Amino acid sequence: MPIILDHVSHVYGSDTALAVKALDDISLVIPDGQFIGLIGHTGSGKSTLVQHLNGLIKATSGSIYFNGQDIDDEDYNKKELRSKVGLVFQYPEHQLFEEDVFKDVCFGPKNLGLSRTETELRAYAALKQVGLPDDCFYQSPFDLSGGQKRRVAIAGVLAMKPEVLILDEPTAGLDPKGREEILGQIKKLQQESGITVILVSHSMDDVAEYVERILVMNRGRLMYDGGPREVFAHYRELEEVGLAAPQVTYIMHQLKEKGLDVDVNATTIDEAAESIFRALP
Amino acid sequence: MLRDITLGQYYQTESVIHRLDPRVKLSGTVIFIISLFLFDNFWGYLCAAVLLGTVIGLSRVPFKFMIKGMRSIMLLLMFTVIFNLFLTPGEVVVSFWKLQITKEGILVAVQMIIRLSMLIIGSSIMTLTTTPNNLTDGMEKGMRPLKLLRVPVHEIAMMMSIALRFIPILLEETDKIMKAQIARGADFESGNIFKKAKAMVPLLVPLFISAFRRANDLAMAMEARCYRGGEGRTKMKPLIYKKRDILAYLLLFTYLAGSITVGRILF
Repeated sequence: MPIILDHVSHVYGSDTALAVKALDDISLVIPDGQFIGLIGHTGSGKSTLVQHLNGLIKATSGSIYFNGQDIDDEDYNKKELRSKVGLVFQYPEHQLFEEDVFKDVCFGPKNLGLSRTETELRAYAALKQVGLPDDCFYQSPFDLSGGQKRRVAIAGVLAMKPEVLILDEPTAGLDPKGREEILGQIKKLQQESGITVILVSHSMDDVAEYVERILVMNRGRLMYDGGPREVFAHYRELEEVGLAAPQVTYIMHQLKEKGLDVDVNATTIDEAAESIFRALP
Repeated sequence: MLRDITLGQYYQTESVIHRLDPRVKLSGTVIFIISLFLFDNFWGYLCAAVLLGTVIGLSRVPFKFMIKGMRSIMLLLMFTVIFNLFLTPGEVVVSFWKLQITKEGILVAVQMIIRLSMLIIGSSIMTLTTTPNNLTDGMEKGMRPLKLLRVPVHEIAMMMSIALRFIPILLEETDKIMKAQIARGADFESGNIFKKAKAMVPLLVPLFISAFRRANDLAMAMEARCYRGGEGRTKMKPLIYKKRDILAYLLLFTYLAGSITVGRILF
């Protein structure tokens, strides 16, 4: 189910003295099954953009099409859209509310009007997908650790079986191990079930490892759109807008300057290591 | 979604009213509200309207913003009007079934509309033009004499400023949680009143938890910076009356004297 954005703009508080243009003429096609990284500085409009994709915010101008239908049409079923486009907010553990983990994950599918068995099956599968140990299922979500809470919250959206999964800074505030685990599980999920994943982040290193396409936002505009190699080739421009290329890019460029014949476009640590080994005499 | 509540929200711009000492604005608002309830004729309200209009003009806050605050009291206003309209005894104008509308009832109802809407607009001017911190500073200094009666003035002011500071934060938080639950298929709009109340649980539980978490963090941060109450605490920006403040006081008393006497002289 591709998503198409056609000249989408959004202005916050348009009728006040504090009007802010959060999105400025964004046109974009998101095909099925892609793993996309959405990168931008704080306040660049990335959170605003993803909230448009499941109809939480209405575009000030321009239109958004999901599977060929305009989502701002009056008779468009927004509830169905939200089950197809799952959005995991920043610090999603702050939205947990049920008495136990399992019930909380059931909240989404239950709202879709599914039968009890189907709801529970989905909740169980989702909790398994995020790798939560079985003995946590009937604990209060508030007794879990930060990383576990985050998994429960992500499972809460996964249980709705979205075709497009959007994660807004899913690794914020987690330790490196927790980061890698969550991102690894998302990648696995994407490869196994073929869903589209949009990962919002401001960490290039996170994104470079996993995604196949990068969108860079700056001041509400789409600055770059391309594969990691293309985008990170602009690492000087990225720095100018307060972002940075992955550390690998810097190391490779410096090695090249020192005369070692390496591939400066390597984006992941594995690629870089391989290239260095090959270049070494 | 929840941005419609203006009460307790500051509108940033540059104006004379914004620069006034918060004590002037506080006592001005109190005097204005008291005066609204003292009038027994429409000349007084005319004076009040003139003052209100002048202040709104000077404050440079769009009028739209003040009207927004009115929405929240629409229900209260309607109740007051209906009760006054039907339950005031006097000369009957219209009557049907067991209900009677009296001439006095109409007068009282109109008076209530004018009073309440001016009250809300008047007090929202104060909150729109004064930052919460400034406001509580003014309150603290203005209530200082009460300290002699062992009223914990500083603590009250501090609690108020924290409470006011938290309003926009909690509103934003509510908005965020609401969106997150809507993304999970929650429905806050349809259904009867019981269904709606039940639908609030996924919103209220996280909101309370986050409020407690924030309160806890704030207390910790204050203690880490050795906060220990008002004793011996100095201000970075002490409040001192300026010329314009004295002028504003003069204006205020002229208004009070004028509006009370104008009716008596004319009739």
